[in-house]
Amino acid sequence: MLTFIVRRTLWTVVVMFVITVLVFFIFFKTPGVDPARAIAGRNPSPQVLAEVRAQLGLNRPLWVQYGVMMKKIFITRDLVSYSNQGTRVVQEIFAAAPATLSLVFGASLIWIVMALVMGVAAAQLRGRIYDPILMILALIGVSTPVFWLGQVVNLITQSSLHSNVFKWLPPLGYTSFTTSPLLWFEGLIFPWITLSILYIGFYARVLRANLLEIQNEDYIRTARAKGLSERRVLVRHSLRTSMITFVSLFGLDFGALVGGGAILTEVVYGIHGVGFLTYQSLTNLDLPTIIAVVIYGAFFIVLANALVDIGYAWLDPRVRPT
Amino acid sequence: MAGLIPRQRAGRPGPPPATAGTPLLEIRDLKVSFRTEDGLVRAVDGVNLTVNEGETLGIVGESGSGKSVTMMSVMRLITDPNAQFEGQVLYKGADLMALSQDQIRSIRGAGIGMIFQDPMTSLNPVYKVGWQIAEQIREHETMSKQAARARTIELLTAVGIPNAAERADSYPHEFSGGMRQRVMIAMAVSCNPDVLIADEPTTALDVTIQAQIIGLIRKLREDFGTAVVLITHDMGVVADVADRVAVMYAGRVVEQGTRHEVFYDPQHPYTWGLLGSIARLDRPRPRRLAAIPGMPPSLIHLPAGCAFADRCGHRFERCAERPELLNRQGTGHLDACHLTPERKKEVRDRTIHPELVEEKP
Amino acid sequence: MAAVAEQVSVPGLRPATAGRNPWALAWRRLRRNRIALAALVLFLLIVVLSLAAPLYAHDIAHDGNVLSPNLNGTTLVHGKLTPVMQQGGGVLKLGEAPIGPTWDLSHYFLGADGIGRDVAGLLLYGGRASLQIGVSSAVICCVVATLVALVAGFFGGLTDTILSRLMDIIWAFPVYLLAISIATVLLTKSTGIQVGFLHVSATSLWTPTVIIGFIYVPYVYRPVRGQVLSVVNKEFVEAAIAQGASNVRLIFSEILPNVVSTVIVLMPLMIATTILTEAALSFLSVGVQPPNVSWGTIINNGQALLYTRPWVSLAPGIMIVLTVLSLNVLGDGVRDALDPRAKLRVG
Repeated sequence: MLTFIVRRTLWTVVVMFVITVLVFFIFFKTPGVDPARAIAGRNPSPQVLAEVRAQLGLNRPLWVQYGVMMKKIFITRDLVSYSNQGTRVVQEIFAAAPATLSLVFGASLIWIVMALVMGVAAAQLRGRIYDPILMILALIGVSTPVFWLGQVVNLITQSSLHSNVFKWLPPLGYTSFTTSPLLWFEGLIFPWITLSILYIGFYARVLRANLLEIQNEDYIRTARAKGLSERRVLVRHSLRTSMITFVSLFGLDFGALVGGGAILTEVVYGIHGVGFLTYQSLTNLDLPTIIAVVIYGAFFIVLANALVDIGYAWLDPRVRPT
Repeated sequence: MAGLIPRQRAGRPGPPPATAGTPLLEIRDLKVSFRTEDGLVRAVDGVNLTVNEGETLGIVGESGSGKSVTMMSVMRLITDPNAQFEGQVLYKGADLMALSQDQIRSIRGAGIGMIFQDPMTSLNPVYKVGWQIAEQIREHETMSKQAARARTIELLTAVGIPNAAERADSYPHEFSGGMRQRVMIAMAVSCNPDVLIADEPTTALDVTIQAQIIGLIRKLREDFGTAVVLITHDMGVVADVADRVAVMYAGRVVEQGTRHEVFYDPQHPYTWGLLGSIARLDRPRPRRLAAIPGMPPSLIHLPAGCAFADRCGHRFERCAERPELLNRQGTGHLDACHLTPERKKEVRDRTIHPELVEEKP
Repeated sequence: MAAVAEQVSVPGLRPATAGRNPWALAWRRLRRNRIALAALVLFLLIVVLSLAAPLYAHDIAHDGNVLSPNLNGTTLVHGKLTPVMQQGGGVLKLGEAPIGPTWDLSHYFLGADGIGRDVAGLLLYGGRASLQIGVSSAVICCVVATLVALVAGFFGGLTDTILSRLMDIIWAFPVYLLAISIATVLLTKSTGIQVGFLHVSATSLWTPTVIIGFIYVPYVYRPVRGQVLSVVNKEFVEAAIAQGASNVRLIFSEILPNVVSTVIVLMPLMIATTILTEAALSFLSVGVQPPNVSWGTIINNGQALLYTRPWVSLAPGIMIVLTVLSLNVLGDGVRDALDPRAKLRVG
């Protein structure tokens, strides 16, 4: 197991390296694009352009440019935004992280519980009308753009009904947990639900399919032949094996959301997390922030990938290296 | 093995013990069909079978002859929503087909144990084998975890797993196919069932391992007095262990009798074909192994008469009429062929395997 | 216990289905699936409506171009000439707001957007862009992924390792961030960029198409490569090798036909995914660029008008849900038809 973890960690480092190189090339070496001009923000003065060139070593060899960039992102963390009066972008990302984490944690809790309930219910009710109904609902969830769903929710909760049914609801935005736990919760409840809808649909479908597939496995027949109750067959045998797929999917999606994938939900609900930061940088083409967000986001996802692989080995003894 | 004494089954719910004279397990006119895209598949078409205490019944037939489906139905293990069942399965006098889910569960694993064809896929890959055996024991008997584990190790030793205490903590993928089948057998007999159903237990195994597994099943029967239903397509395996033999074809039993009757005085042309397809070392080597010509019939459009007629070299007018499984000999030997016993003997002697009759003991 | 039924029905199925063309069988199964057929009809209806956009636009546009602003125009409401941009139409009856839905098909049926354009007309033109990008990027993605998978699976060894690792890396890259990175870099240069003989303009619909097509390649690559690997050692391939077939022939006439069904199953699901991605990128203003519109950009414009003129956002969102839902349902139907006992059950 130890050698497996070491090997997996090494691969993670390699992937991280390749991703940073890829990002570097996209931003600095796309043919026809002058990186200095792109980074310096809109209509930069010649002085700013010269400063950017010097700061990022753009006149020096390729590998030095790459090294300078990585140093500024990971070590000195003094990459500055030119569109945004010299804010240090790495610090900004860390300041925005709690909002994103709050959003993603809450949503994932909801989607795990709901997807388990819906997936198991649909699989158990197969052949009855509830199964197709649940699956159509799941499919609608999968087919709905999250940002539009957020708008619809806002339209309902923040507009005409806000004066009565949703009187308790604070205006859009994020309040940190330490400021007021109640406002934190109230402000996040609809973003949580909105973000989780897609994943509930997706996971419920995957789980149902997986359960039905496992239903045909020989070892489930063995479990029944042993005289186990249907409940035990479901929980200890079917669900336990389904968890292998479920957990690996969850790790990847969680990583992707923390790494910036929650951008759409954050934008419609005005939650100032990492995604919102990215959105702001997009609207004023603030490249340094985008570069840093992309690299940190990728870092999270690669990390999640690695954890998933290790968790997979823990859940499935067949792939566990001995 | 001697150390493993069958335990009393304390307080097991379920039907009362069989009264003397009635068979342990009796299948009465069982019919199983599946609705499919192309029509109704008659997998089992009116099967009658009995299993007496302590005896071994061999069920032989090609794949698709309905032998597995029959025994799966006995255990009510067919969950396909498109399956339809008719008939009765009496176990110690109680109709298994009419029991509630809870009642049938108390019989599965405890009264009737089952082992399956493919040991590679029949054990849950994510649990240790010891855990899987103990799970069954604790489902049926009130027992501490430690006691269940001790029992598990005892069972694993009994089925010939070396270092059982250690191997109980291995996962199924860490065993070879033969060892896994031993684990399956240990699991199936863990609650001292009255009947052990073995569904092609050796088909997926190497030839050398097959003999060991068959030997093990025979030994278990001797030690525990468990009745065994052995499903196989291999006449050689049946010849080894079965007390009585039922031959199935296209969802029906076509011949049934003691091992001796079926092997030395086969009545049904299909049985002749099966016997002819065994390679034998004690005979002059044939140019090629005899095979039954043709294919089994479609189970959707079964012929009205004898299902084997199309492949039979001795068909005549009466074959258009469905033959009942009857006692045509005056003994317990049943067959479903319209030929008269004299005619059968003659045809068999003349055409198929003259050597079979010469060798009558 | 379908396994048992399957085993039993093998001889039984012979007369009805054996020897039939698998595509004909699949088509027969699909035709029996009423829900999937309804989804197909709905999707085709949306496609036809979008293609007919110019016909409708001809009727409604003030100067024949639905996509140009109409800040000072008027329209007929109940026979009265009414300005498209109305004073005092805002939240507090202040400021200027576009006209709301008239529910009159030829006069601002769904109202106007922030610059006085007919939302219904935009919806149809937006549908063209969304569908064009969705379908072409899914096709690009599937073609590229299949080719790479064929090469990787067929040659195996080092080729396979390198290609699969490369796909792993793209897979590890956050989808939206990757698309955003590429799109922003292209947008910083508004005149577009020259790659060899290829000129990519930042405002061209091909920019989001290629970006979206590229980021989903690994999602198609994985299942297709798996299929190639399962076919590549089959006897019929060995037979073709024994006959001296060239690698190209082996790949394209022996292996490709056996992985096509996997790709076809994935296709509707990929179009659904790419349409959603396009909408998301356009909503974030890094997808379709003005003067083009797509459903995503209309929702983006509608964000500011959400509480006064909700239909600007609602209508394109409903179109996206209907389109993507129909594709997902169709995808399920195609999968069930082509592979009734499919392993891959992910939507």
